[in-house]
Amino acid sequence: MVDKSKLSFQGYRRENGRVGIRNHVIILPLDDLSNAASEAVANNIKGCLAIPHAYGRLQFGADLDLHFRTLIGTGCNPNVAAVIVIGIEPGWTKRVVDGIAATGKPVEGFAIEQHGDISTIARASYRAKQFLQDATEKLREECAIDELWVSTKCGESDTTSGLGSCPTVGNLYDKLDPMGITSCFGETSEITGAEHVCAGRAINEEVGKKFLATWQAYMDEVIEPHKTSDLSESQPTKGNIEGGLTTIEEKAFGNLEKIGKTVKYIDVLEPAEAPSKGPGMYFMDTSSAAAECVTLQAAAGFAVHLFPTGQGNVIGNPIEPVIKLSANPRTVRTMGEHIDLDVSGILRREMTLDEAGDALIDVMIRTCNGRLTAAEALGHREFVLTKLYRSA
Amino acid sequence: MTNHFNVHHKADTVGVITVEGIEAGQELTGWIMETDETVVLKALDPIPIGHKIALGDIRSGDTILKYGHDVGKAVADVGKGHHVHVHNMKTKRW
Repeated sequence: MVDKSKLSFQGYRRENGRVGIRNHVIILPLDDLSNAASEAVANNIKGCLAIPHAYGRLQFGADLDLHFRTLIGTGCNPNVAAVIVIGIEPGWTKRVVDGIAATGKPVEGFAIEQHGDISTIARASYRAKQFLQDATEKLREECAIDELWVSTKCGESDTTSGLGSCPTVGNLYDKLDPMGITSCFGETSEITGAEHVCAGRAINEEVGKKFLATWQAYMDEVIEPHKTSDLSESQPTKGNIEGGLTTIEEKAFGNLEKIGKTVKYIDVLEPAEAPSKGPGMYFMDTSSAAAECVTLQAAAGFAVHLFPTGQGNVIGNPIEPVIKLSANPRTVRTMGEHIDLDVSGILRREMTLDEAGDALIDVMIRTCNGRLTAAEALGHREFVLTKLYRSA
Repeated sequence: MTNHFNVHHKADTVGVITVEGIEAGQELTGWIMETDETVVLKALDPIPIGHKIALGDIRSGDTILKYGHDVGKAVADVGKGHHVHVHNMKTKRW
């Protein structure tokens, strides 16, 4: 049984006061062209983590803003101790470096043009070595639960998600929201069918209207212009359908179980936008694709992620540990190496939601204290940038 | 006693199979989670774990309730105890 009256965890306090649960030194490419050099630096300096990705060239407008916000936010995340940024040219590289430097953490940028890969890799490796050695001296300290930022997103959902794993996350939020955690849920498209119920969970009418406007904009700008006959097999996915989910409405109500019964969200965030209204729950406008959503939430500063799955999504994230829970006994049996918490007892009527919620709090605190998640142990580091439209 | 299916809400017209290997003709025990009631029902199709079972007779066009909410409509008649899925149910959204 978890004693919730004295919940705390061992975290890394950063220069700006935020608390992380991991101590990564990351090698962050500005663009696709800089992946090779970034991976070479991480190969030279053991313990650094390269975060390759597919974009960063010829983007413009809101899409470019989101690219910068996501990369800068990833570097700013308190699970990151220090950052090497490598870009093809110095201008945009400096923009990312300056954004991360605002936190006060060590960061340095390197540009490839007029040097080539080999010289860039050498110079960046010297600096990465110093950052890594310095980071390994950083000690964990006891932090109160209200310093923890917790995000959630579910994946490969099935009907057991709505019955067991999603309400277990909701139970945790119902217990920890009053204790001052900062939390986040998203998945704009996947609220479809339950959007008015979700709007009713806002702290007030203004925030509820902001949510509905965000949801409607997604329908108008993305779904309506691009849909063919219907979205069956995309929402719900083929995996969802195999698991017994038939419609987007059914999926939406299961999804919403994650926000519990009593918590009210206090604001609506842009993708990768950091919360600015203090402790409480936030809705973020995100894709419902798992890696895109978690990447955006990590970029907004969330330190630990709760991921209910039905059929068995295997996702991880390079910097934000992803804790997986499932209530599907077949998934727990056939792919147990991916599951951090088995709550299938809820379906057998052997475990109450209250017990499941306490068990999740226990696993989350142990993860925050340093225990690796299944996804970390298996090397899952999906980092997927959200792209709003085609590049120029 | 083995629990074979769960029902979220008292008003729901479908339940969810929570064990593997349900066969046609099997007598099932279910749990209405909202009210903590036990109900019994005979399965008339083999139904995979996680898939839905009709709690009563459903007519084509009827709204299907789960979580106490509208989650779509029947597109064929479905008898009590039969499998409810993409072959006889559809979204109202897209």
